[in-house]
Amino acid sequence: MRSILLICQKELKSYFASPIAYLLMAFFGLIFGFGMFTATRDFVRFSFQMQAQGQSMPMNVNEQIIRPLLGFGSTISLFLIPMITMRLFAEEKRSGTIELLLTSPVTDTQIILGKWLGAMLLYLCVLLMSVLNVGLLFAWGKPDIRPVLVAYLGLLLQGGCLLAIGEFISTTTRNQIIAGGVTFFVCLMLWLLNWFTSFDNSTMATIVNYLSIVTHFDNFAKGVIETKDVIFYLSMIFFALFITSRAMESLRWRS
Amino acid sequence: MIKVEGLTKRYARTVAVDNISFEVEKGQIVGFLGPNGAGKTTTMRVLTCFLPPSQGKATVAGFDVLENPMEVKKRIGYLPETPPLYPEMEVVEYLHFVGKLKGIVSGEIRSRVDDVMRRCAVADVQNKLISKLSKGYRQRVGLAQAIIHNPDVLILDEPTSGLDPKQIIETRELIRSLAGDHTIILSTHILSEVEHSCERVIIIAEGKLVAIDSVSNLTNRLRGSEAVAVELEAADGRPNPSEVQQRLEQVSGVSRVVMKDSRNGRLAFEVESLQGKHIRSDLARTVVNSGWNLNELRSVGLSLEDIFLQLTAAEQKDTAGAEK
Repeated sequence: MRSILLICQKELKSYFASPIAYLLMAFFGLIFGFGMFTATRDFVRFSFQMQAQGQSMPMNVNEQIIRPLLGFGSTISLFLIPMITMRLFAEEKRSGTIELLLTSPVTDTQIILGKWLGAMLLYLCVLLMSVLNVGLLFAWGKPDIRPVLVAYLGLLLQGGCLLAIGEFISTTTRNQIIAGGVTFFVCLMLWLLNWFTSFDNSTMATIVNYLSIVTHFDNFAKGVIETKDVIFYLSMIFFALFITSRAMESLRWRS
Repeated sequence: MIKVEGLTKRYARTVAVDNISFEVEKGQIVGFLGPNGAGKTTTMRVLTCFLPPSQGKATVAGFDVLENPMEVKKRIGYLPETPPLYPEMEVVEYLHFVGKLKGIVSGEIRSRVDDVMRRCAVADVQNKLISKLSKGYRQRVGLAQAIIHNPDVLILDEPTSGLDPKQIIETRELIRSLAGDHTIILSTHILSEVEHSCERVIIIAEGKLVAIDSVSNLTNRLRGSEAVAVELEAADGRPNPSEVQQRLEQVSGVSRVVMKDSRNGRLAFEVESLQGKHIRSDLARTVVNSGWNLNELRSVGLSLEDIFLQLTAAEQKDTAGAEK
């Protein structure tokens, strides 16, 4: 456990020692803020119209602002995650520091978990940028907090999955650009698959949809914790980290 | 302390290390000598548990590298060819990280870091970013990293490559000062390096063990005859080359004198001795007694290439003889 935290701490430090952490937080904050602005503007306009027409349609901040907004956040994170994970192993392999890690008395599992945890914490910092926006809604409105927390849990789980997949991809190369590019492609495919299959009802589409990491976020966005979604995410994280450790093992035998 | 039996490491197509066996006693400094691509780094990587062997066994302090890698790693300090440094860290921060990684308890880490920074002479740059350090400092931080947990075995892959002469001398001294409590294996392709620092030499070429012996035995064996370069000039500025050559040939122990150059009244010779004879002092005396000025007298060492040629040639003869 001590070694895991040590490696995690080292990863976090190197994220914050370079501009990458600040850039990611700034990008996310900016784009999310833009999403927030549009969503709130439409919400306010719509409620004025309702009042002017004398209708009293129930308006709900949770349903009409927060849910689409955090769904938007989940999409943005698909684009940011490759930038978090691309350096994890590729950088160590290129600079030779992987020799230090692998000849120190720590297990592969400890290294992998430490790096994943470090990436998770950076992702959490990035997500925290959105709390600023969501907090404003709480300051001026009365949204229900529970679905918001559930949606954030979903974002973390989805992020954890993609980070683990990105970490695996990073072990396969010593070139950060390739690691980042392939991870980006995988994230993009997940997003596209979800988009294509949402209009389709065939069995194939259902299966693909079930396997898509993005689909499982929908329930969380609604504020519902479904056991099958949680299990899906946790098993995906476990599986991706497991193949990462296999990849490291095979690296030793092949290299 | 280190025991290697029939170690073989194959990559996809090539055999990097081919059936090597050797043993290293506790407290020894052993030089691992070979040209580039001979399999030095691969052998070291197997010993440090970075690579698993394809065949054979390697044990460090009684622990097998495959069965008990954790115990082996705890007892080994390793400096790879490129020091494994994180450029975004400060020196002291980096050493703290490595110390904790190697399992030093929190209470001792501060004093261990101070100690290795003093021993490796990097204390003056402790708050600098590693990316700003010169090559010599990086190498020394790498060495500090390898000894921070006071390991029983130190494995150093070309510890002096890329250093300037002063740094090379300092590094050699540092390595020698570490002997005794540590068993050290260092690799190099420079012969004089081994002569300066090591007690025993393991020579490998093309993945095969060529020789394993003590430094003095090996140099005697290889340098049966000594070659000396002599440059002199006559006091009157007009020496007679054939007379000089004759005089030199008469010195006891000289087997051959070859004139290399004669320019502006200066004569340069290369003098070879008979097996096991030291001729330098006699040569000097002869030159001075004859009334010539001795400009230069230095021994021309056999180059590593010569030694390899000799050794590998001997090896081939042996195997050819065995086949007959």
